[in-house]
Amino acid sequence: MIQFLNLLFRNRLAGLGAGMLVLILLIALITPVLPLPDPNITATADRFMSPFSEGHLLGTDHLGRDLLSRLLSGTRLSLAVGVAAALIATVIGSSIGIVAGFLGGRTDNIIMRLVDMLMAFPYILLALAIVAALGPGLNNALIAVAAVNVPFFARNIRGVTVGLANKEFVDAARLNGMSNGQIIFSEILPNVLPVIVIAMSTTIGWMILETAGLSFLGLGSQPPQADLGSMLGEARAALITFPHTSVVPGIMIFLIVMSINLLGDGVRDAIDPRLKSGALSRPLPATIVERKEVPPTPDKDLLSLQELRTEFHVGERVYKAVGGVSLKVNKGECLGIIGESGSGKSVTALSVMGLVASPPGKIVGGTVSFQGKDLVGASYNELRSLRGDRVAYIFQDPLSTLHPLYTVGDQLIEAMQAHRSVPQKDAQARAVELLEAVRIPNAAQRVKNYPHEMSGGMRQRVSIAMALANEPDVIIADEPTTALDVTVQAQILSLLNDLRRERDLAIVFITHDFGVVAQLCDRVAVMYAGQIVEEGPTAAILDDPQHPYTKRLMACVPELGGGKRELHAIAGLPPAVDQLPQGCAFAARCEFAQEVCRQGGIMLEPKGERAVRCLFPVNADQIEVTL
Amino acid sequence: MAAYILKRLISAIPVLFGITLIVFLIMAMIPGDPATAILGAYATPENVAKINRDLGLDAPLFQRYFIWLGNLFTGDLGRSYSLNRPVLHEIIERFHATLVLAGSSFVLCAVFGILAGVVSAARQYGWADKAITFTVLIGISIPSFFLGMVMILVFAVRLRWFPVSGMYAIYGGGDILDLLRHLIMPALALAAVATGVVARMSRSAMLEVLRQDYIRTARAKGVKERKVILGHALSSAMVNIIPVLGIQAGFVLSGAVYIEMVFQWPGIGRMLVDAILKRDILLVQGGVVFVAACYVLFNIVVDVVQSLLDPRIKS
Repeated sequence: MIQFLNLLFRNRLAGLGAGMLVLILLIALITPVLPLPDPNITATADRFMSPFSEGHLLGTDHLGRDLLSRLLSGTRLSLAVGVAAALIATVIGSSIGIVAGFLGGRTDNIIMRLVDMLMAFPYILLALAIVAALGPGLNNALIAVAAVNVPFFARNIRGVTVGLANKEFVDAARLNGMSNGQIIFSEILPNVLPVIVIAMSTTIGWMILETAGLSFLGLGSQPPQADLGSMLGEARAALITFPHTSVVPGIMIFLIVMSINLLGDGVRDAIDPRLKSGALSRPLPATIVERKEVPPTPDKDLLSLQELRTEFHVGERVYKAVGGVSLKVNKGECLGIIGESGSGKSVTALSVMGLVASPPGKIVGGTVSFQGKDLVGASYNELRSLRGDRVAYIFQDPLSTLHPLYTVGDQLIEAMQAHRSVPQKDAQARAVELLEAVRIPNAAQRVKNYPHEMSGGMRQRVSIAMALANEPDVIIADEPTTALDVTVQAQILSLLNDLRRERDLAIVFITHDFGVVAQLCDRVAVMYAGQIVEEGPTAAILDDPQHPYTKRLMACVPELGGGKRELHAIAGLPPAVDQLPQGCAFAARCEFAQEVCRQGGIMLEPKGERAVRCLFPVNADQIEVTL
Repeated sequence: MAAYILKRLISAIPVLFGITLIVFLIMAMIPGDPATAILGAYATPENVAKINRDLGLDAPLFQRYFIWLGNLFTGDLGRSYSLNRPVLHEIIERFHATLVLAGSSFVLCAVFGILAGVVSAARQYGWADKAITFTVLIGISIPSFFLGMVMILVFAVRLRWFPVSGMYAIYGGGDILDLLRHLIMPALALAAVATGVVARMSRSAMLEVLRQDYIRTARAKGVKERKVILGHALSSAMVNIIPVLGIQAGFVLSGAVYIEMVFQWPGIGRMLVDAILKRDILLVQGGVVFVAACYVLFNIVVDVVQSLLDPRIKS
């Protein structure tokens, strides 16, 4: 509760709304004891006195009644009626929803059909029909407004209840011999309550507005009693000659509804966990760059990263996802980046073209050079012209990475037309060619398919075709085969390998699978906690892993046919990248770690073609894996 | 496509029946004797009996429903007591005016609401976003009838840009320009709240979509940001925005009643309020069923548009 209030008031606007509302409520409460004239006493001689007249702070209305006094009593009435309508609608609607959702089956079916029927009406129209039947009057207006809101509550609360009714704790309660009524009150209601509160806080403003509206139409409160709506309705006749009689109650309704809306938004944000910690911010077109130190001069290689640092800033916390990575890849070469999830390999790959989601991501140091040009400092337009043209990506899980509403053909054509003007006809022909190049059978038909009409392997081929569309120099493949089954995986890998040979492509291949690395990559870099711990030619590293982490990672790979070797999971978890230890990040899980490993940074020591970041590198036969 | 439209039309039939039944039952709740309500306390017994016969009130409830329903099918909604003309003629005449008003408000709320939501999301936390969020907050908090009155004071009385009320000028006028001059203020006043709601929903739908992986794919392809936002992101967000537009259509259609009162617009909402105050039951009954049925049919159009946009719906 305290946490909820903290969250609520951290939101300044919600605080403002709450303040305004409390003030209005207080004034409404103390109105009867204020020294004000009777709101219903007429004095036709004093008609339409302007505001700030003597004895009438806000002036008088068309019957000479004191406007301030009428405003305050009208506010009391409007608030009371609106809140009453909201409470009635909430209680009845939620009860119906809970019963329907909990009992399910036929009861649910009949109730929900009826609710659907009622929701087929335009909202205010139904209220008018009910008032027509019951006759004009404030009580009837209240009933009408409450009644038209019941279906809204019933449907929302039913939805939540259905989700809860099948949960284990409800089954457990049933096994304990609790009756349906007991389960509803002790298990369901407490869980549904937040939703009820959200629904009520977002609709109570509407209900005040609607009752005021019915009164405005002359269907609600009847003279001489007046709520804000009927005050406005009565003043309308004199709108042009004496506008203050309309403006005064109008502004009051506006203030009430606005304060409730502000508070309601605050309540919703505070309760809805999805909105906490700014999770709903959208990524910018390119990652924010804030390099503090002078970046290294760009390299002449095809693609090279030097001391690249990428961080995520979430609230006070800083996650150092990539902590100074240097890599290079040349024409026709395949570089593998391997590591556990969370090791920073994907963020490294996305940093190349500024695709790290930002906020919260930020590139804070280093360079990425492509043919001698620094991409980290490049403008968005320069980046965009290289993206997909010279450096293309293939992502994991093509169901979520392909646009669901465009045909694969259109997505391929778009990839081409983003960089050069290709006549539609040629682009279509080329799209078919591309699908054929990635060995999709019946390509001419397949271009017209939507992603959801294809299998996972086919979709992955489409994303490869899309990466090839502009004959790029580099392809960055981020776990492109992880979501696929083994046979399809093998096909995709050999396809990529063939394409590399045919087109002299450079490939950066990100994976957590040493088997894949062995099959495809010339060189491999092993990442741990945002840093490269070992790097070198694939064969050399596979034969003789020198970093204890590499060795342990390889021990996790099952070997076909061997059958004798035991599989060894690595004990412990990688460190959280917002709390990196001093010294070696792997020390806590390493059986060879010594005191010195936990002090100061450890450099990536080059040794010929290889490099290792370890004070006590292991030799091939040195460790007997023990459990 | 045709099969889908047919399917939706068929599924609307029970809903339409449900609407007639609900309206009929609500009207049957009227306490006391409708004939006395119409004629007043001093009616002669002969007149009461005549009205009861005219309204078919001497038959049992369910029988009365089917008689009324049968007449409904032949387009006979009865005769209005207060206006002394067939209900259907009055409704059609009045509905035309409401359709002009609500239709233009709907277009305004869809166009400006989506536009504001997209700009707001694309410039999240920027000044445009803050300005839009603030305007939207005011828009959804101000009662439409009060907004209409303020607009009359400012734009009609002070600035004399637009006429105070009505649909056409009494002398001369009657052409489309005259209609537009009369339409602008009421259409804007009616659209304000709906625009605010659509803008809010569009903003959050866009923010949700912009976080999706396929947006990153589009950016990785080098698609221009304008096209990423207006093409890739908006087309997906529309899947969530369109249902909201459907709800807002009902809102402007029925909320028109307030604006029609403020601007003396000769629409069906004002007709209903007059009919309620005069206890003209047949006119209320007919008007409510007619508008509700139009809304149900409009929602079919919404669903069809939705299915055109999202190829996953049909399969």
